[in-house]
Amino acid sequence: MLRVRWMYAFIIPGFLFFVVFAYVPLLGNVVAFQDYSPFLGFTGSPWVGMANFQALLTGPELIDSLRNTLIISLLQIVFAFPAPIALALLLNSLLSERVKRVVQSIVYLPHFISWVIVISIWQEVLGGAGAVSQLAQLFGGDSVNVMSNPDTFQLLVTLQVIWKETGWGTIIFFAAITAIPQDLYESSACDGAGPLRRIWHVTLPGIVPVIMLLLILRLGSVLSVGFEQLILQQPAVGADAAQVLDTFVYYRGVLGGDWGISTAAGLLKGIVGTLLVLAANKLAKRSGAEGLF
Amino acid sequence: MASPWLRPPSAPIRGVKALVIAAIVLVMLYPFAYVIFASFSAAGSTMQASLIPSEWTLDAYRAILQGGVVTRALWVSAGVTLVGTAMSVFFTITLAYGLTRTREVPGAKPILYLVLFTMLFGAGIIPNYLLVKGLGLLDTYWALILPGLISAFNMVVVRNFFMQIPTELFEAARIDGAGEVRIFTRIVLPLSKAVVAVIALFYAVGYWNSFFGAMLYLNDASKWPIQLVLNQYVLQGTPLSQFENPNSVPPPAQAVSMAVVVLATLPILVIYPFAQRYFTKGVLTGAIKG
Repeated sequence: MLRVRWMYAFIIPGFLFFVVFAYVPLLGNVVAFQDYSPFLGFTGSPWVGMANFQALLTGPELIDSLRNTLIISLLQIVFAFPAPIALALLLNSLLSERVKRVVQSIVYLPHFISWVIVISIWQEVLGGAGAVSQLAQLFGGDSVNVMSNPDTFQLLVTLQVIWKETGWGTIIFFAAITAIPQDLYESSACDGAGPLRRIWHVTLPGIVPVIMLLLILRLGSVLSVGFEQLILQQPAVGADAAQVLDTFVYYRGVLGGDWGISTAAGLLKGIVGTLLVLAANKLAKRSGAEGLF
Repeated sequence: MASPWLRPPSAPIRGVKALVIAAIVLVMLYPFAYVIFASFSAAGSTMQASLIPSEWTLDAYRAILQGGVVTRALWVSAGVTLVGTAMSVFFTITLAYGLTRTREVPGAKPILYLVLFTMLFGAGIIPNYLLVKGLGLLDTYWALILPGLISAFNMVVVRNFFMQIPTELFEAARIDGAGEVRIFTRIVLPLSKAVVAVIALFYAVGYWNSFFGAMLYLNDASKWPIQLVLNQYVLQGTPLSQFENPNSVPPPAQAVSMAVVVLATLPILVIYPFAQRYFTKGVLTGAIKG
């Protein structure tokens, strides 16, 4: 009875979008194997084989941005990843539903604010003319500008991620916590377990599968760190601390006109990233979690 | 969820918890409060760390809402957000519905996999740029809408929701002679209001907040959306006044910057309370089993 032909009317427009804007650009990656010039186009530009990749892997720039990417990723896994778990446990331990809801709506909010606004706001509080600086001057100190210090920039980036995304990150842990059967709490309470022991022996083990899954997936995207966040701040702190793989591609390609080399870098990052996600997913499945696909 | 057998913990524990929560709330809200107050301050940067301005003024807002760069950017962002969200929602839900019957519709399953694959592997910045350029979309508003028209993730969220609707409903409607379009608009959509609201919100926030696309594709500064203007004048420090009415006395630069930040944040703050109740429901239907 299903009128199949009508279903195609639903499918085709959306599918055409994916063909044009997701699959056609895949072909654009041939630029990685060319000495591409916008004037000559895909067909006119000379083929150079693997020369772009060779130049990338022997030059210092890719290695530098790879190092920055990995450092920021590592800092985020160590500090930003556990933050929502801790916050979810804390909020879950509140007995007042109303307080819980109010705090939740406050901590979710920054997730919906753009990076430009977040950094503008941080600049206003922590920058050279900001609130912290004024406070320091009030007490006779020098003005401080946390926002443009390359030495601490990678920590700053991690703090920004924690501020913006921790609250929103709790949602998935709340869902996992709700799925824990209530009688586990009751029976452990009967056995004399206090609130902390109940968190340690009931709540935490209950959400470990979700934690494992998310952690493994996070490892899979270790080459991707907040692109907009970094590109917005790179001018203030310089490339030494802020250049990551994505900003390298942008500066070298779009601004610098080195189309071939930066496409090669993007392609390399895409392939390694995909392999990492696939491997991570396999690992998730092997560890007993459901996996993503 | 507080069960009757749960007793409040001891006073010291409650005290520590209250302190931690208060600290978190303060860290979250102080920056917003600081920016809002600063935008109304006549003294500009000489606020000396006290939150409440000594002298209130609307000059900063008056200056930027006169019809200059910021006003235009706000209109651009509003327009792109409205048109983009409407198109994105329409094409996402139709594709999601079309892909619910992968068994009966030949070819639907491979198409579904092709869509899912895009979540795994993207083409990268340069090929996308070359495509947008090749299509002649550079310096047009379409460059802000078309490249991200459908998010595969949102499509999966909606499709999962559609799949949970009992098929008996469709069968009954078909026997009554309803066509597929009628079934979609009269049965599927009314049952899916929550999930459609959530993805509409996600798309709208995405369009309003979009920065990188505009930076990449719009060279013409007169077409810039608000986020790009914000970056230029607040973060990169290009003076805004040179683009405004030269005859008026400019208000303090800091107050102007903060007023731009407030105006760029306002739409989010306005829809946030309404959208909030859908978050958990909508996110969980899709995110848990993707």
